[in-house]
Amino acid sequence: MNFSGLIHNFGPLTVTGLAQGAIIALFALGYTLVYGVLRLINFAHSEVFLLGTYASIIVWGFFGLDQNSPTPGMFAVIGLIILGMVAAVVASGVTAIGVELIAYRPLRRRNAPKLAFLITAIGASLAISETVGVITGRNIRGVPRLIRQTDVVVIGNTHITNLQILIVVLALVMMFLLDRFINRSRLGRGIRAVAQNPDSAALMGVNQGRVISLVFLLGGLMAGIAAVMYNLKIGVTRFDAGFLLGIEAFTAAVLGGIGNLRGALLGGLLLGVLQNYGAGLFGTEWLHAVSFVLLVVILLFRPTGLLGESLGRARA
Amino acid sequence: MLLELQEISLSYGRIQALHEISLTVDQGEIVALIGANGAGKSTTMRAVSGLRPVSHGKIIFDGQDITKLRADLRVVRGVSQSPEGRGIFPGMTVRDNLEMGAYTRRNRVEINKDLDRAFSLFPRLKERERQMGGTMSGGEQQMLAVGRALMSRPKLLLLDEPSMGLAPMLIQQIFDIIVEINQQGTTILLVEQNAQQALSRAHRAYVLETGRIVKSGTGSELLSDPSVKDAYLGVA
Ligand SMILES: Nc1ncnc2c1ncn2[C@@H]1O[C@H](COP(=O)(O)OP(=O)(O)O)[C@@H](O)[C@H]1O
Ligand SMILES: [Mg+2]
Repeated sequence: MNFSGLIHNFGPLTVTGLAQGAIIALFALGYTLVYGVLRLINFAHSEVFLLGTYASIIVWGFFGLDQNSPTPGMFAVIGLIILGMVAAVVASGVTAIGVELIAYRPLRRRNAPKLAFLITAIGASLAISETVGVITGRNIRGVPRLIRQTDVVVIGNTHITNLQILIVVLALVMMFLLDRFINRSRLGRGIRAVAQNPDSAALMGVNQGRVISLVFLLGGLMAGIAAVMYNLKIGVTRFDAGFLLGIEAFTAAVLGGIGNLRGALLGGLLLGVLQNYGAGLFGTEWLHAVSFVLLVVILLFRPTGLLGESLGRARA
Repeated sequence: MLLELQEISLSYGRIQALHEISLTVDQGEIVALIGANGAGKSTTMRAVSGLRPVSHGKIIFDGQDITKLRADLRVVRGVSQSPEGRGIFPGMTVRDNLEMGAYTRRNRVEINKDLDRAFSLFPRLKERERQMGGTMSGGEQQMLAVGRALMSRPKLLLLDEPSMGLAPMLIQQIFDIIVEINQQGTTILLVEQNAQQALSRAHRAYVLETGRIVKSGTGSELLSDPSVKDAYLGVA
């Protein structure tokens, strides 16, 4: 164990962890929203994210950009990032709603047992990622370098880059907007009503089918934003890019308290940071092992996650 | 006629809970539905509000066949239910629970008027406006459920055991309020175990036994009916 390494690199590890955690947190919101309303783990959410990564790369490709293109000027970059986000958000949102309509809704109509939903979710996830795998020949796809990472803040050995700031700020803004929407708007109140008591919600005139579509859409929107940030940060995607990150995002949701929006944020940031501390302590190859051991330990003491479930009960 | 059930049947899986029930509720009436535990009173309410589909028969509301209409769309037509067990949203404030009652409406001015009306019918709710629904006492939740059901401005209000779990003093009060709501123009279908109170307040009533209507008449007729007395009014 490398304690002095951890202490020496505490700052850099924290910054890296927060940026990774912010992406995980946005990704995690989709799991937590759907679980909060339907008590269903939507495993296909990892492919909702995956299609977001491809959609943005394809749109950038329309402008003749690939991973070898030089970085465009600043205004072009801003425009391209916004366009990429629109594309990703549309692709992810449509995928999320589509999966719900095609795979889950028919099961709900028939009052299918939980297990049928679970296996359908896993099936939908694999079907989409394998289809992408076949179409892309299982090759990696490079992302145009839209942002040349430069240090904006330097404190001692801690360097904070422009991209890291962008990622964390964007995640916090999206999180804030979603929280406002769920807690303050009429539709948000409808979502909470279905989460807390579906029969009562129907008696209030809430269209349950529409609320469920909306919930999947919101999760898809957040995943689309996460996908673009992932592209900019990692620089490549592949048919299985959603898989491991999806498990991390799901873990973050459980860690924070699944069904709880703020829990997803906390869980994501915490997971990102802890992974990097673990990597600092034991070496990078231990990054995932450490974080999942921590998950197990935390859940032993707080089975409902750090903030507890809440879309279903207290405030989201 | 505001509501007409024509020979409706309803089953839970293999258990048939309602056997071709027919009943009517006229504009402006309070109609009570009494019967023992498990007779099918709540099931009848669920059929009217649309929470459960019927397997046979027709439901006519306000001149239109709503048998196949989704529950949320029946609210728009003017059906509102305060369900058995109250169905409060535990993680919403009292205020948000009431707002949920007005979910199908958009006119803020009118909604605020009805909030004031709910608060004046149930001053207790005003005091507890910011409290979470799930932390209210049983009696308070009952008031909240009735107040919330009124927030959609229903033509027909379905009340499933509004006196359940209330202290004797509050029971008197809730029935007074039910009569007041009715006098303000809302038609009411009332399910009650408390047959004495229900029959003395209702214009007409039906007696339900194991999923079948076995008797009907005005409230006072049934109050003095020997078999009803025996079965539902206890020994007075
Ligand atoms: N959700 C349900 N699933 C299965 N059976 C039910 C359900 N709800 C009610 N029942 C059955 O239907 C019958 C009527 O119940 P209910 O309408 O609740 O009676 P009441 O309200 O008059 O006490 C009872 O035999 C009850 O056991
Ligand atoms: Mg009942």
